Amino acid sequence: MDKKNVKGFLEFVYDFYKSMKAHEITLVYEGEITHQITKAFTSLTESNMAKEEESNTVQKKVFHVMVECLQNISKHADSFGSDDFLFAGRGIFMVSKGEIEYHVTTGNVIENTKIEELSKILDNINLLDKEGLKTLYKTQMREGRLSEKGGAGLGFIDIARKTGRKLEYHFLPIDEENHFFILTSTISRNE
Amino acid sequence: METIKILGTDDTPTVILDAENEIFEISGRSLPEDVTAFYDPILNWLDEYAGSPNAKTAFTFKLVYFNTASSKLLLDILMKLEQMHEDGKDVLVRWFYPEDDEDMQEAGEEYADIVDVPFEQISYTLS
Repeated sequence: MDKKNVKGFLEFVYDFYKSMKAHEITLVYEGEITHQITKAFTSLTESNMAKEEESNTVQKKVFHVMVECLQNISKHADSFGSDDFLFAGRGIFMVSKGEIEYHVTTGNVIENTKIEELSKILDNINLLDKEGLKTLYKTQMREGRLSEKGGAGLGFIDIARKTGRKLEYHFLPIDEENHFFILTSTISRNE
Repeated sequence: METIKILGTDDTPTVILDAENEIFEISGRSLPEDVTAFYDPILNWLDEYAGSPNAKTAFTFKLVYFNTASSKLLLDILMKLEQMHEDGKDVLVRWFYPEDDEDMQEAGEEYADIVDVPFEQISYTLS
């Protein structure tokens, strides 16, 4: 790097640091989500929460949500066989911790053709109350089949049940064929 | 019959299937990288065992965590036990949950709703 580039890079690092602080991000990762990554992130977050004496209930909820979110990306993020860095079956994963709640956010590229189906699944979950979610989970467990990658269609339902909130998601258009799918799960710290 | 003994890790449960000593148990954490590969041998073992089971089969579940993919496979195990029960065998499921873990208790209740098999819920204190 020449001098000018070094300065630009340093500023970027500092801005990035400030931005992480401002959003209270404790963990951020971009790349392929493997089983090893899932294990490393959950155990890191677990030990941090234990150190901070977070209640068992909160620890368990955060753990559940993290595992399901990470597995969603590893099983469903689209890989397009393209060299483009956006399209390599990967995603972004973030955990942030505020005064009153934890947020677990995932983002991954999704083909436009799959948006309708995914929205339908998520909206359907968001229509249900606690009992409805329980019934749906039981039905899905009994009737759903494991996909080749080991998905059982239960992850989103579980996230809604564990957080006790609606699934908060958005699709951001990125080009003509794809959107960026963002899901944020919130776990209250006062439980 | 051959015995299955799998020592648990931080992402796979301890599994003991020992007909001779009457131990049938799954305990610990379950979030294997490949759930099917992990649970297939267990399901196959149960199929074979169901052919000539012991006079009584008490199956213990003592899990502290399982992911949603595992929940489906646990149901598959319970459905095999249900089948044995329907075939007139003496089967009991013993579902242990940490006393402060409502989710694990509820998971047990849900399974008990789904499968028709004698089902006991037992709380314990985590040491």
